[in-house]
Amino acid sequence: MTPRRARLLVAAVAVAAAALLVAAGMQGTLTFYRTPAEVLHDPAPAGQRVRLGGTVVPGSLRSEGGRTRFLLRDGAAEITVEQSASLPGTVREGQDAVVEGVLDAHGVFRSDTVMAKHGNEYRPAGPGEAADGGAAR
Amino acid sequence: MTGRFGTAVLGTGLVAAVASTLLWLRVALLGVPARPARVATGATLAAAGAAVVALEVALIGHDFGVRYVAENGARDVPLYFTVTSLWAALDGSLLLWLVILAGCALLLALRRDERAGLLRPWAMAVIGAVTVFFFALTFFAANPFTTVDPAPADGPGPNPLLRDHAAMGLHPPVLYAGYIGLVVPFGYALAALLAGRADRVSVAVLRRWTLVAWSLLTAGIVLGAWWSYAVLGWGGYWAWDPVENASLLPWLTATALLHTLLARRVAPGATGLSAWSVALAGSTFLLVLLGTFLTRSGAVASVHAFTASPLGPMLLGFVLLAAAAVLGLAVWRSGAFRSAAPGGPLLARDSALLGNAVLMVVLTAVVLTGTLFPLLAQAVRGSRAAVGPGYFNRAALPVALVVLLLMALAPFLRPDRAPDARALRLPAAAGLGTAAVVGLLSRPGLTALAAFALAASVLAGLIQSTVAKAAAAKPRAAAAKAAVAEAAAGKAAVATAAVTTAAVATAAAGNAGVANDAVATAGAEATGAWRRGARRLLASAGLLAHAGFAILAVGAAASSVYTVASERQVTVGQEVHAGGVTVRLLGVERGARGGGMVARLRLAVAGGGTMEPSLRYYPARDMTVSVPAIRSGPARDVYATVLGAAEDGTGATVRLAVNPLVGLVWLGGATAAAGGLLAAAGRVVARRRGVRPARVDRRPAAVGSA
Repeated sequence: MTPRRARLLVAAVAVAAAALLVAAGMQGTLTFYRTPAEVLHDPAPAGQRVRLGGTVVPGSLRSEGGRTRFLLRDGAAEITVEQSASLPGTVREGQDAVVEGVLDAHGVFRSDTVMAKHGNEYRPAGPGEAADGGAAR
Repeated sequence: MTGRFGTAVLGTGLVAAVASTLLWLRVALLGVPARPARVATGATLAAAGAAVVALEVALIGHDFGVRYVAENGARDVPLYFTVTSLWAALDGSLLLWLVILAGCALLLALRRDERAGLLRPWAMAVIGAVTVFFFALTFFAANPFTTVDPAPADGPGPNPLLRDHAAMGLHPPVLYAGYIGLVVPFGYALAALLAGRADRVSVAVLRRWTLVAWSLLTAGIVLGAWWSYAVLGWGGYWAWDPVENASLLPWLTATALLHTLLARRVAPGATGLSAWSVALAGSTFLLVLLGTFLTRSGAVASVHAFTASPLGPMLLGFVLLAAAAVLGLAVWRSGAFRSAAPGGPLLARDSALLGNAVLMVVLTAVVLTGTLFPLLAQAVRGSRAAVGPGYFNRAALPVALVVLLLMALAPFLRPDRAPDARALRLPAAAGLGTAAVVGLLSRPGLTALAAFALAASVLAGLIQSTVAKAAAAKPRAAAAKAAVAEAAAGKAAVATAAVTTAAVATAAAGNAGVANDAVATAGAEATGAWRRGARRLLASAGLLAHAGFAILAVGAAASSVYTVASERQVTVGQEVHAGGVTVRLLGVERGARGGGMVARLRLAVAGGGTMEPSLRYYPARDMTVSVPAIRSGPARDVYATVLGAAEDGTGATVRLAVNPLVGLVWLGGATAAAGGLLAAAGRVVARRRGVRPARVDRRPAAVGSA
């Protein structure tokens, strides 16, 4: 085999290996972002993990026996989210949250991960906030 | 006042950077003396340094009329974290970036001509162009010195996550130094393309800068992992977050670059660079720029990402421009840096080094695809998707295991022949033995089992070859000692395997006592061998990096497979159990702390001691931070976090985790970085003494073996 053909072979094998690894790795590891409306109108195939974003409806947050239930709203659509572990103190009513999990047969979203969204992470405070000493909004 | 001074200084820096680029270009084209160009480079650094000092003065003096201070300063922040808040947000961190970039440029500019290589003027012009861009970016789009009128009385302080851990003063500067230091290899690679040639000295400079930048980047990444573990409170240290990947990608290509630079040294008669090295040095800094774009544009969702800023389009434009320039130059000069096709059989030294480069590039492609996939999916299909750790673990870990396998062969590689099968017996036995023992004692899964076995054979092989070399170095009694060395090497290698096995097995069983005994016994046996080999080890310190990665692999595999965690809502007096550890909630203290609120738990650990994890709320940023309490031991860490605390202080939700051998991750990372730095230092010492490095063909293939 000439050096040139050997080099081409190495390159081809490397590209094939990378493509194979990427394709195999992507199987079932992708999580798609959905809004409550999208999930309710077009339920993803059973068992597919979805990341759901919306606002926690005020007055809906309830926790009992280590479980937490709340409503997540996006525009008109609302969806019940049940979280098996208790929530980190970061999710509050009226705030945005992103949950990750699976929609069950009863239309309840079973989530195992809650990510509170912080609009101001790293963001410079607005002029108003800066002027009043950066008090909480 | 400080604000206006800072803006003026940034403007001066921009002018100085433009001047220095043009002056170095003049040196490159006309061959005129470099003195004026050096002065311009010095002026650029002076301007960047003055900007940093000005912002620090404003931060420490609580000058809230300066925008950056109004956004990131606060009166109640301790001095240390006020100083470090220079790099706690986007605009200030660009100043740190500028000062390091200009510092690298000046270090290179001040080298004597005969020790900087013929390519230096071109390389300086390239670095100058990069500096001009970053000065322009800071001056026009992210000037931290703009004034706020009326000035507020106080600010919100830096991000709470960035004011709780001493590593804040260390991790970003070290990471930046490694990240930006890679601009010098980039400059030399582009210089080689521009000039169409390379000389030995230039390649030596390129190699040393790569080695130092690589070591700093390694240290920075591991420090970041440690910080993530100790501050973020989610229990892990690596989440395949886009920002973590942004630092890993150039690290992977820089690793490949180091190995291709070694391959060149053995190619007989070769004086220049290989095409591989040029391509890798070019793409490494392109990946640095891409990472900067990803982290500073808000393009990817990440825990670290700075929110959307006007910098995005400018940075993306620069990344594309730089990529087009590199690609165009490479096409123009294609054929100028013909890589010597590795001759000899498979698994001879050169083909193994090439194999390493190919593996690293495959790994880069896999990680890059996963990192960019959300962006591409959104652009092409309009749907937002996230690529989770599952993808990276499944796609990247198999490649990493093959890298470990190659590492196990590294000490035995020879320039023209395949490794001696007899020499490989011991490492192979160590690996198989480890796999058998660990596999019998626990069920860690194939990936982790392979990682343990390969790591054991890497370590066994390194010790065997080191001991053998130490004995061979004594010429008189060589023959007599050879047999002894062989025996000692065997003993040491077996001991290593025993340490690995015992540690892993113990971690699995959750019994610290036995592991410590095993480590002590094996350690005593190995000490003599280590001492004899120490001198040779320093000479080929790069192999220390290999040892570091084997140690890291054991820690990463063990802590990902054997970690036990439990999460419970408890009232005062109740207990949480995990992995044989029991803690009891003694009480919850709630109180005010610097304008915020804090809930601190007191947990009694069965067997003595207390742990105090806390939950802190920062109203100025509307952010809650869970600060973990960690009890570190050689065999395992006990890691407690608060997930929530009852308002009345009667109970809390506690997460208790036992993470075995996680300390090996930090130890391994530190060893690897130290290996890289020692290799760079060893080179300097060798040159000072006027000693040419020994013939390379007797050397093991290692990162930067002298």
